[in-house]
Amino acid sequence: MKTVNQPLRKKDAMALVTGQPVYTDDLAPADCLVVKLLRSPHPNAIVKSVRKDAAMRVPGMEAIYTWEDIPQDERRFTLAGQTYPEASPYDCLILDRHVRYVGDPVAILAGKDEACVNRARKLLKVEYEVLEPVLDFHTALDNPILIHPEDNWEALCPVGADNHRNLCAHGVDSSGDIDQVLSECDIVLDRTYHTKACQQAMMETFRTFCTIDVYGRLHVVSSTQIIFHCRRIIANALHIPKSKVRVSKPRIGGGFGAKQTAVSEIYPAFVTWKTKKPSKIIFTREESQTASSPRHEMELHVRVGAMKDGTIRGIDLHTLSNTGAYGEHGPTTVGLSGHKSIPLYGKTDAFRFSWDVVYTNVQPAGAYRGYGATQGLYAVESAVNELASILHMDPTILREKNIIHEGDIMPAYYNAPNTSCTLDRCLRKAKEMIGWDEKYPVRDMDNGRVRSVGLGMSMQGSGIGGVDVGSATLKLGDEGIYNLIIGAADMGTGCDTTMAQVAAEVLECDFDSISVFSADTDISPYDSGSYASSTAYVTGKAVELCARQLREKICQLGARLLKCEESQVEFDGKRVFIPGTPDPEPSKSQTSIPALREVSLMDIATASMAFNDIALECTVTHTSELSPPPFVVGAVELEIDLETGETTVVDYAAAVDCGTPLNPNLARVQTEGGLAQGIGMALTENITYNSLGRMAENSLMQYKIPTRLDIGKIRVEFECSYEETGPFGAKSIGEVVLNTPPPAIADAVYNAIGKRFYELPITPEQIAMAVLERNNRRNIP
Amino acid sequence: MLIHVNLNDKPVSAEIAPDLLLVDFVRQHGCYSVKRGCETSNCGLCTVFLDDRPVLSCSVLAARADGKCVTTLEGLQEEAAEFGAFIADQGAEQCGFCNPGFIMNALALFRDNPTPSVEEIREYLAGNLCRCSGYEGQLRGILAFLDWRKEGAV
Amino acid sequence: MITIQNYRLVDSLEEAWTLNQKRSNRILGGMHWTKMSRNPVNTVIDLSRLGLDQIEESDEAFRIGCMVSLRQLETHPGLAAYTEDAMREALRHIVGVQFRNTATLGGSIYGRYGFSDVLTIFLAMDTSVELYKHGLVPLNEYAQGGFERDVIAHIIVKKSPAHFRYLSVRNSQTDFPVLTCAAGVYAETGSMTSPENDPASPALLQADCQPGYAPAAAVRLCIGARPGRAILLEDANHILKAPLTPDAISRFADYAATQVPTQSNLRGSAQYRSHLVRVLTRRALTQIGGDSPC
Repeated sequence: MKTVNQPLRKKDAMALVTGQPVYTDDLAPADCLVVKLLRSPHPNAIVKSVRKDAAMRVPGMEAIYTWEDIPQDERRFTLAGQTYPEASPYDCLILDRHVRYVGDPVAILAGKDEACVNRARKLLKVEYEVLEPVLDFHTALDNPILIHPEDNWEALCPVGADNHRNLCAHGVDSSGDIDQVLSECDIVLDRTYHTKACQQAMMETFRTFCTIDVYGRLHVVSSTQIIFHCRRIIANALHIPKSKVRVSKPRIGGGFGAKQTAVSEIYPAFVTWKTKKPSKIIFTREESQTASSPRHEMELHVRVGAMKDGTIRGIDLHTLSNTGAYGEHGPTTVGLSGHKSIPLYGKTDAFRFSWDVVYTNVQPAGAYRGYGATQGLYAVESAVNELASILHMDPTILREKNIIHEGDIMPAYYNAPNTSCTLDRCLRKAKEMIGWDEKYPVRDMDNGRVRSVGLGMSMQGSGIGGVDVGSATLKLGDEGIYNLIIGAADMGTGCDTTMAQVAAEVLECDFDSISVFSADTDISPYDSGSYASSTAYVTGKAVELCARQLREKICQLGARLLKCEESQVEFDGKRVFIPGTPDPEPSKSQTSIPALREVSLMDIATASMAFNDIALECTVTHTSELSPPPFVVGAVELEIDLETGETTVVDYAAAVDCGTPLNPNLARVQTEGGLAQGIGMALTENITYNSLGRMAENSLMQYKIPTRLDIGKIRVEFECSYEETGPFGAKSIGEVVLNTPPPAIADAVYNAIGKRFYELPITPEQIAMAVLERNNRRNIP
Repeated sequence: MLIHVNLNDKPVSAEIAPDLLLVDFVRQHGCYSVKRGCETSNCGLCTVFLDDRPVLSCSVLAARADGKCVTTLEGLQEEAAEFGAFIADQGAEQCGFCNPGFIMNALALFRDNPTPSVEEIREYLAGNLCRCSGYEGQLRGILAFLDWRKEGAV
Repeated sequence: MITIQNYRLVDSLEEAWTLNQKRSNRILGGMHWTKMSRNPVNTVIDLSRLGLDQIEESDEAFRIGCMVSLRQLETHPGLAAYTEDAMREALRHIVGVQFRNTATLGGSIYGRYGFSDVLTIFLAMDTSVELYKHGLVPLNEYAQGGFERDVIAHIIVKKSPAHFRYLSVRNSQTDFPVLTCAAGVYAETGSMTSPENDPASPALLQADCQPGYAPAAAVRLCIGARPGRAILLEDANHILKAPLTPDAISRFADYAATQVPTQSNLRGSAQYRSHLVRVLTRRALTQIGGDSPC
């Protein structure tokens, strides 16, 4: 392959490294109204009144909106960016009289600059009727306090939701008789795990600006992964026709799923629609931390049944998920906690996966890279690691006995076939990379420190099977240049580049002759958006098919110019030609001009612009019933100071099966970045609420994402399978890479100190105190 | 109040509010490379040079830049492109939002310490957060750049 | 975010002091913490023009201007030599180079922040605060509070012969510390200015010298991020008035763990902190004892 699988530079790379103004706030008109929100200080309250007269007198103020400006009985909507009809319940209003978490918007303020809006916000007088909140998600189901008691709450899909039980979703999936199978097992390990509502913490916070275009339509420019869903959400929220809304995305400063929810869009959209003036909102980091769309907090109850020889016969998982005040992505994230963890163990006779998703009075959750699989894999992989130690088996040997292989059917993955898989090779490779056999389980470094190893496996999907849609438009222009237009959202991942690589491969052209545009609802062909690890696999295939179709069109016009049948010509990227030697050989003495045997791409492009009726452009839409899983095996070497509990990731080795990496550099950096997020989740990223429902980790000062001093060596190797249904054998890479550090690190901690932790993050304090306790116990005769 | 700043080698005089922060001042004067990623001095995105020292422009009053030289990536385009190309060759720029601050501080490092060790690189740049890359690609890019520069010097 | 009505670049300490008598005015340090304050400020007072950004080193002392940045302290060869790199160790974890380029010593000392690495290391040294009106005040006295409306001009660190170690525990490398520990083991006590140190006892100075262990004439152990403000621990029971043997160190570390008050916050519990007081105290003194020629 000439361009696919090559480590090409991202098309936007030089603009980014030289700091060009390509992000939302760089492009916002200078005279934008500044939009800010007054947010509730209470986790559960009714806004009785908002006095805004003093605030409105602040010079420069344009407008202040409260719940009284929003009909409270109008149809609700969801901010979740999902294919219609959304699985997430319609439980939002732009401003709701009932505020449901600390940070829920109470008023929208718009003024000429930040200073006047800040002043005005201080002058708003709000009277609340403070209600008792539900802060512990264990107590949410059937709690007499209802988060969504309102009549216009609505679930569009049958996800087992019931707002009168604080239930956002409920369900069971199973195969075989799990209770029978577990009763036959030599050992049933029964454990409960807890993960927190970690933040994506992308460097660019949520932000949007809006203008009214020349046709009187609302033009929304936003840092979003989901332009088309955004159009629907904004139209639903404003109760205006979708024809009145256009959404475009510039460069995005990171998303990781956060921007798969319309966190910031509706507020300036509302202001601009009302005032017909441009407006923008820039979330502060505090708002991004406390009022956005983090990972769902989950409690996962796992039962793993096995025989003494290490055969895993059954897995029973119940997940309790906390969706917070609103249900964005609630019914769907939970599904992945089982459907993307249990299938790793392919020899089971039965499984059961059940779930409850509950509302509480904390920040609503959303989509974060891994999307529930992260939580499920932490639990299931940790349980398998513990099972291995109970069975006195090396956890890698236990896995070798039990993992799925290519060609297996995956009952817990909708009975789909495992079409491409090198999980076994990944396992061997990760072991070899980390030096498992020499280092497992632990080595005493003779300086009060120990070094231990741990391992975890991961799978994800490649798009949502049977749902996600990707499209591509390609057109040929002057001199043989190409435009590729997509609706997928490059959020730094490099999909503008990888999609161009796919197109260039098919069109046999220079990578540089493909210009990419993304993404704008008025211009791009429909795409579900960049989430669910869909872009490489779904949109990538659309690009491949689109380029093949464009080749045919080029041949069609080429054949016309060569005055022959289309079936007679071939295209090699530079010219359309009639293959073979001309027959009969024209004699040199003959004066007649020989028939043309080839025509250049440039001439075809030129010909397409005069007296031509063959469109040298096409759009292809692709979808897939299958969602082939990519796989990762990750192994960590930790160093732990036994007295202070300080923990250092010395080395992290990951072996990845993402099918064909469309761009090895970008796939590698995706992996390294995902692993760093997983390491953060395992060791430092905590979320805690006080009894008033306020979150402590409301800044990057308190929410500690890893710095470069906190990450040891990260090493990545690819063990490529070839996915026949993907573009040039590719599967996804974006999400699967985050999931292995939590179980790997948790097990390495156990191997170091002999204590297991069932909650993340695992802090130095927990480790030090566990060692202290162990030492104290040993000292008691 | 009126201030006179040498912004990227150009004199700029402006009437400013006493509490205007340098990050907002430079953006108001077209230096859009300078980003804000937090309110707590933690992210490093807003790094600029104040009299050639890297500082967090979110935590410097514009008033304090009076009579001083302020340099942003807009004023270091050649250096940024030269070094940035090595980051781009790793694919480590990713979303790019942290890049200007990171590249500014890396350039400061190279001026302070032309041949830094890996540990010195990590420590000097510890105040530049990146959520995309996991830092390894940035490190590879820096080491490749230093190698290239060393070869060039021979 | 803070709002500021006026900015004044003062020409003299007198002018700064006069302005600073108003409660609503504030002297600007590095601005990192001031920026996050929600109280509006009338006039911020900038000392940048007063030449207080220099570290002057003589045979007897360091005279450090209040506007000296943490980065200047971190990279100063004289301070590195005197503190045996403890200064650098104390400062290098603080957020990042850019932060330390503007954060000032005066601001850190004035703030008396509980989490302060700066206060911890300076308390372990023989440090005084030179206030514009009150003159020299021992840092330990200044750290207790008061003098809010005076102006810190310089920080004076006497070069009393001593060995230093700085240790801290953090949940992540550039986070606030869970606990800080600075130890200074002084060869002579005669020049110490802190009130809590006993006058030198000739008998102690001539204490039996065990090979490999330094004689401990006086120890200044400072524990910070308890999470409250850093405090100096007195060796009231004279545990260390003998060479720094492992046994004496261990007993002193146990003593420290019982004497230093700790509390719980987001970064650690009181129990964990007290455990760390023991561990870091022992390690710091052991490193000094082990390294020091007798």
